[in-house]
Amino acid sequence: MLFSISPQNELIPVLAPRPDLMRITDLPLQTPHPLDTNFCYSKNLQATLEGKKLLFEEISISLEEIQEHYLKGYCAYHPGIRRNSNKLICARCGNKRQELFASYQCARCKRACAYCRNCVIMGRISECSPLISWTGPATVITPCTLEWQGSLSPGQQHASSKIVEAVERNSEILVWAVCGAGKTEVLFKGIEKALSTQKRVCIATPRTDVVLELTPRLQRAFPTINVIPLYGDSGNKLKHSSLFISTTHQLYRFEQAFDLIILDEMDAFPYSADETLQHAINKARKSKSTLVYLTATPNKSWQRKCKHKKIAYVKIPARYHRHPLPVPRFIWCGNWEKLLNQGKLPQRLLVWLKERLSKGKQILLFLPKIAQLEKAKTILGQLDSKVESVFAADPHRIDKVKKMRNKEINLLITTTILERGVTFPNIDVAVLGAENDVFTDSALIQIAGRAGRSSEHPDGDVVFFHHGKTWSMVEAKNQIENSNKEAAQTGMLLLR
Amino acid sequence: MHCTFCLTSLRPVLNWTSLFAEQKSELLCEECKSKLEFITGSRCSICSRPFSRIDSEYIRGSLCLDCYKWEQDPQWKGVLDGNTSIFVYNDFLKEIIALFKYRGDHKVAGAFAAYFPKKTARGRVVSPIPLSEERLYERGFNQSEAILAYTHLGYKQLLSRVHGDKQSKISRQERLENTAVFSAANIEGCHAQHVLLVDDIYTTGATVRQAAKVLKNAGANTVISFTVAR
Repeated sequence: MLFSISPQNELIPVLAPRPDLMRITDLPLQTPHPLDTNFCYSKNLQATLEGKKLLFEEISISLEEIQEHYLKGYCAYHPGIRRNSNKLICARCGNKRQELFASYQCARCKRACAYCRNCVIMGRISECSPLISWTGPATVITPCTLEWQGSLSPGQQHASSKIVEAVERNSEILVWAVCGAGKTEVLFKGIEKALSTQKRVCIATPRTDVVLELTPRLQRAFPTINVIPLYGDSGNKLKHSSLFISTTHQLYRFEQAFDLIILDEMDAFPYSADETLQHAINKARKSKSTLVYLTATPNKSWQRKCKHKKIAYVKIPARYHRHPLPVPRFIWCGNWEKLLNQGKLPQRLLVWLKERLSKGKQILLFLPKIAQLEKAKTILGQLDSKVESVFAADPHRIDKVKKMRNKEINLLITTTILERGVTFPNIDVAVLGAENDVFTDSALIQIAGRAGRSSEHPDGDVVFFHHGKTWSMVEAKNQIENSNKEAAQTGMLLLR
Repeated sequence: MHCTFCLTSLRPVLNWTSLFAEQKSELLCEECKSKLEFITGSRCSICSRPFSRIDSEYIRGSLCLDCYKWEQDPQWKGVLDGNTSIFVYNDFLKEIIALFKYRGDHKVAGAFAAYFPKKTARGRVVSPIPLSEERLYERGFNQSEAILAYTHLGYKQLLSRVHGDKQSKISRQERLENTAVFSAANIEGCHAQHVLLVDDIYTTGATVRQAAKVLKNAGANTVISFTVAR
């Protein structure tokens, strides 16, 4: 989209390749038009744009209608790529790394046009593509209440009231909840508080699986509003609501939109690895807003922040069923990689597996690399007929997980993809090659957290088979033991 | 340096060779490279379709069944003199080409250009398959031209294209009947020339054959094509 300027200093957008016209980047900064309060604005455009900055290509509304709203002060055009002393900045994802920009001879503006590669997956944003925002009045939110009848454990109860407090005060809080603490229920009261005071809420998580799992649960808890899931192909980009469940990537489209953002699994990929996502969070929240960080495994720097009281935090050290977390055991098993290449597995692992399979207990076995899954599967297939392997890009992934749940599989071999989110009620867990770099302390804590999830079977054996103990393994074990100790001291565990 | 496809940073390997020998800078990470499948072994002598990936009932001598049918049709016989493709159009490449064409990540062309057979281009007029004005505006660039821009070879646009449905949205039968897609934009440029057409994907072969036919009618001697994927 290119622009000319009217004598009244108004922008006139044109959708044609005209080298004589200007690009939004090259125009001086625009002052917003005064709002014409008598103008009858489009509710559809308001719902589409409110709290967001979108490309014209993302909006299915005609340019004439947008321009009309612009002239009346209800919409604004912004540059998508800005230059700051010759350095490029992406206005959508905040990317400043020059190596993640590229330039091409553009058929629209007929000149060399720079674009951001960091967020190109959401549609290319280049020097001649303006972002469009809503500058008119906000939609009125109808208050809604929580319709959930469950009860909270003492640990959950404590955290829940802390979150409500944070929502009232517009402050930040870290919720450190061990695997299986029941963190979704902990959020309900805080979300209700926000929604009942006409605030907008977003739960952001790195993974689409979690978006899909959380949406129906929250919809049931808040039946009178429309809970909208946002992920890559959700097709809900243009809907508006007071409660969104979104992947962290989809937050890039929002600006000054939310009064409460709950950031789930803040330690997980890709958030901690990607500083542009930090930018997305800061952009999407309003200047006066609440931010809740949710994690089972805060990294060292977050743990330090908690310790030195740099951030308010609340810990739920016990599971909702109030039994202690299973503590991992370490078993040395020699050079297992060499054995695996010869088509064998360590004796100590085989003994452990046989013992469990003969009792009919289900097992989750983790390996460091995808390439090792098949080898292990062929060997273990001789032990038991119901052995399966699953990895991230596996087309039958969902199907296999379902089979495991239905107990049609006795032994599921996998990589770190099943470390989070997936729960089976009664399993034992083993890691082969726990010394590998992919098994960070947080990954190992998550893996150990797969065992003993249900109140009927709160125990489970967790074994790390290794060829040399690592710092991560020791740290994981320490953290789990500390949580158990803390839970016992604060009376959160059932007395046995 | 970053992988052109997935943007993970490429760590240079440090060994004796890298210390003393000049290093060719890598464009792709090992993981992305491993997901690309090169076309190898015996293949169709016209379109490069790898025989190892199709049933023997779809092979007719040195041709695949598709090319055999094209050559049986007097209207299309000998129109296309050959095609070179580099990669099998697998799920991974589908994703990458979608990123390139539909999301508009122009720089992806840089990695494809590294595989461009410059020898084949020698002595030929290189010409990208054009887009219609409308489609060009929509995408912001022509994907075939983008690849050529990164090869630093000279090229000429010999054709122009009439706006119609996207090839990927219409059936094979419709593609074949869709004859008036291209017209010659540069008749002198074609006369008695050997032409190399460049496109991103060879699917049914209808696009390159329609383009080749227009070129031959305008006087081109031979027309071969290069596509990244087959």
